Amino acid sequence: MKYIHKVLIPAVFVLLMIAFAFAEDPYVKARLDMVKAIEADVRTTSRYINTEDLDPKVMTVMGKVPRHEFVPSEARSLAYRNRPLSIGYGQTISQPYIVALMTDLLKVAPKHTVLEVGTGSGYQAAVLAELVDKVFTIEIVEPLGRSAKKRLKRLNYDNVTVRIGDGYYGWQEEGPFDSIVVTAASSHIPPPLIKQLKPGGRMVIPVGSRFMVQQLVLVEKDHQGNVTTRQILPVRFVPLTGEH
Amino acid sequence: MEKKSRPPCYSIALLSATSLAYEVLLIRLFSIIQWHHFAYMIISLALLGYGVSGTFLSLTSSRLLPRFPKAYIVNVILFGLSTVGCYLMAQNISFNPEEILWDAGQPLRLLLIYLLLTLPFFFVANSIGLTLARYGSEISRVYASDLMGASMGSLGVILLLFLVFPSTALQVLGTMAIVAAALAWWEMKLHPRPVAFVLILFSIIPLLLPASLMKPVVSPFKGLNQMLNISGTRIVEEISSPLGLISILESPMVPLRHVPGLSLNATDEPLPQLGLFTDADAMTVITAHPKSREKLAYLDQTSSALPYHLFKQEKILILGAGGGSDILQANYHGVEQIDAVELNPQIIELVQEKYKEFSGQIYSAPNVNIHIAEARGYVSGSRESYDLIQVALLDSFGASSAGLYALSENYLYTVEALQEYVNHLSVEGMLAISRWIKLPPRDTLKLFATAVEALRQSGIDDPEKRLVLIRGWQTSTLLVKNSPFTTEEMVRMKKFCRERSFDLAYYPGITKAETNRYNILQEPYFYLAARALLSNDSESYIQNYKFNLHPATDDRPYFSHFFRWETLSEILSLRGQGGMPLLEWGYLMLIATLIQALVASLVLIFLPLLLFRRKSGYVPPKISRSRVGGYFFVLGLAFLFIEIAFIQKFILFLHHPLYATATVLASFLLFAGLGSAWSRRYANSDTYKTGVKLSVIAIVVVGLLYLIVLGPIFSLLGWMPAMIKILLSVLLIAPLAFSMGMPFPLGLARLGKVAPGFIPWVWGVNGCASVLSAVLATILAIHFGFMVVVFSALILYCLAMISFQKGWGDQ
Repeated sequence: MKYIHKVLIPAVFVLLMIAFAFAEDPYVKARLDMVKAIEADVRTTSRYINTEDLDPKVMTVMGKVPRHEFVPSEARSLAYRNRPLSIGYGQTISQPYIVALMTDLLKVAPKHTVLEVGTGSGYQAAVLAELVDKVFTIEIVEPLGRSAKKRLKRLNYDNVTVRIGDGYYGWQEEGPFDSIVVTAASSHIPPPLIKQLKPGGRMVIPVGSRFMVQQLVLVEKDHQGNVTTRQILPVRFVPLTGEH
Repeated sequence: MEKKSRPPCYSIALLSATSLAYEVLLIRLFSIIQWHHFAYMIISLALLGYGVSGTFLSLTSSRLLPRFPKAYIVNVILFGLSTVGCYLMAQNISFNPEEILWDAGQPLRLLLIYLLLTLPFFFVANSIGLTLARYGSEISRVYASDLMGASMGSLGVILLLFLVFPSTALQVLGTMAIVAAALAWWEMKLHPRPVAFVLILFSIIPLLLPASLMKPVVSPFKGLNQMLNISGTRIVEEISSPLGLISILESPMVPLRHVPGLSLNATDEPLPQLGLFTDADAMTVITAHPKSREKLAYLDQTSSALPYHLFKQEKILILGAGGGSDILQANYHGVEQIDAVELNPQIIELVQEKYKEFSGQIYSAPNVNIHIAEARGYVSGSRESYDLIQVALLDSFGASSAGLYALSENYLYTVEALQEYVNHLSVEGMLAISRWIKLPPRDTLKLFATAVEALRQSGIDDPEKRLVLIRGWQTSTLLVKNSPFTTEEMVRMKKFCRERSFDLAYYPGITKAETNRYNILQEPYFYLAARALLSNDSESYIQNYKFNLHPATDDRPYFSHFFRWETLSEILSLRGQGGMPLLEWGYLMLIATLIQALVASLVLIFLPLLLFRRKSGYVPPKISRSRVGGYFFVLGLAFLFIEIAFIQKFILFLHHPLYATATVLASFLLFAGLGSAWSRRYANSDTYKTGVKLSVIAIVVVGLLYLIVLGPIFSLLGWMPAMIKILLSVLLIAPLAFSMGMPFPLGLARLGKVAPGFIPWVWGVNGCASVLSAVLATILAIHFGFMVVVFSALILYCLAMISFQKGWGDQ
């Protein structure tokens, strides 16, 4: 009988806690499943992204940010699938795996200031906001920018500042930045953004179409101010078979 | 109501013209709404409406034929209504091809689009099929009207697309279809006669539809729509031609800054630009006239500026001049004479006339000669030699990266094309081709392999001394020199790259340590590939590469076909982990189209047979369904095989894709129509077999002869003026097409005598085969070349002749 006390009571307690958590946020399980899916993807791609696991802090945040709040209401049921979703205006919220990978590549630290060009629904900004001191984000499509601003405010992401406008010149008053994410398509990397990157800073740009990220371009500025890019395929794929 | 009337031949001709024009127009419209390859797939499958009609008529013709006039006219009117109606419904279905593997709802939407667009073709096929079944003795005339009408339609639609926007052209077609109904009423002398006038009045309705309703609903994921989300942007100009819908976009609040491949070290800001979109995508720009040369400095910061740094060029040729960025780049470097070639005259007109103040009329500068021509054709007809031939970055990154060009024949990047370019270089001259970089590398490497092959085939034994390849993170530039590069040039090249942080991928004497420094890849892929492609072991490298790097040739002009079956399962397994962009969509779409068409065709062909069986006594005992069905099936395959292959062959002669397609298509249909009319004499004298035998012998003899002599004829006469070449093409096509027009009506006429109930079925069989044929021809050409497509067609014609010998119930 005393074993029952020892086993049953904690078990009931845990179950109640889980039930409570689910009642509070019915998406908890979905979010955890999403995190597991990302972890599995990362492991298979490890050689290419030069890491076995993504930064645990990034993964914790991926498991915390309520992605369903950042997708259109009709797509909520799909919010935690590992796929991109349309958010209107021809824009998308990226695949969670790509968001995690991009965030990890930035190697952010709590004291960092980050600039994002292309706010979209604000999801990437929210993920970053959990990890750094300040996030400045610029959206060129006015209605998207306005709704992202409201959404981030409602979700208490007070360290995110949204501006509606042209991201080409970055945000000079708030720069230089430790990291920059450019999610808006561009035919080239705007020189002002490279300028606003701190020495030792990192910039990540996804390249491809709205629904299919072909590669991630990591721009690094060393302490002497030299800029290089590193092109990362988000997938384990060697173009040659056999020995050559 | 109807006494002994004649077949409504004029109506049939107008109907066929409308139907062919509609098919071309739908591809145009859906290329604007979606992307060209999807348009191709959707319309290919919609043409199965012909097959559906065969099945439908097999089951209903016994009831419809006694009421032929009404049934015909109702179907024609329904065709007219559905041309516009089904398009309007289909274009409002929001379908996003990129989500097709994520979202189960997308295939359903696609299916709905197919079904809607199948309807117009179903109705038109009903009208023609019923007429063929109704007028057994006059089949040759009916079919001749059908073909000749289609011939007019193929020319008419091109003319129409020059005059009006595609959406207006659609309204015109809706009207034409209903006029065809009025014409039939008049031709068949139906009562009450005034109905014909009422129909004419009624035909105006499609023209009255408001333009806002007709306007294509463009996918929100296309470049133009994405730009339009930005505050202040607006379309200031829209012009249309069969070459595409051109939209000019102005963005006064957020300047456009389109400079692909700009160096990481660039500090200069681009000049103001106007966006120039083709079919709502593929943005290029018209650049504001610079106040001073220095304002163009940013154009010196792209990889394509390399040749200007190696030696002083006096005379250059730019292929694909477009909005003029490459000309500005050449001007910045003080080039004395620039010949620029652009296919689309409307683009030149925009730059020169409409936006002359903005652009400063760059094409009128004393050092610039603009030629409106197809690039390859211009080069082969030119006797000039150049210090530099610059091939512009012609396609947009989005389409290039998704592998959407796999289906498009492209004669700019074949081995023969590169040989031709090099032959037009001065002794020290260079060819420069810039491409978007895809990862894992594809285009750039295939281009490199093509250049190596071109040089080797030209008898040059040191290609490794004549090639240079550099790359940024986004673009690559390949240089092919007409003589070995000098040490001095290599010093300058390295300086150019170092200053702009471009990587060296290949130059004569390169070492691995010099590569992969600024834009770092997992491995120095470009360098490794270039070395391998120049080695004696290049074939095994290509074999082991996971994308197709085999150089394209004029016979297999599919530069953008990178797909390899060997890689498919690996890529599919990586689908969830960002592997989707590795898929080469264009080719897969083609295969998907084939599979869908095959399944649908099997159902459509065999369903009526099963149903026939239930109606005992319906099938005359001596009829061999496999022989009869087989005959019409192989004819359907063979006709289009030859037509498609010859369009491609004649593009190399006539050069302009539009004129070539129009000439070949219209000539084929016209002469096949005449052949059909001629075949009556065999039908009337009951010598069907002789007619088929003679025509097939003629097809095979002429076809084989053309396989041998067309190439030499084309290279011998390539210099002649376009009009003469068009006339010559028509004359060359005439005997072949004339013979090809005979077997089908002879088969139908023979069947009409012994088993008229079979006519709708074989009509459907032929319709299905035609759909399969168009897709199969492209697949065969991708893998084996157009020679094989023609050869296969000739074999198919022989098979048709064999199956015509017996089993037709009249021996």
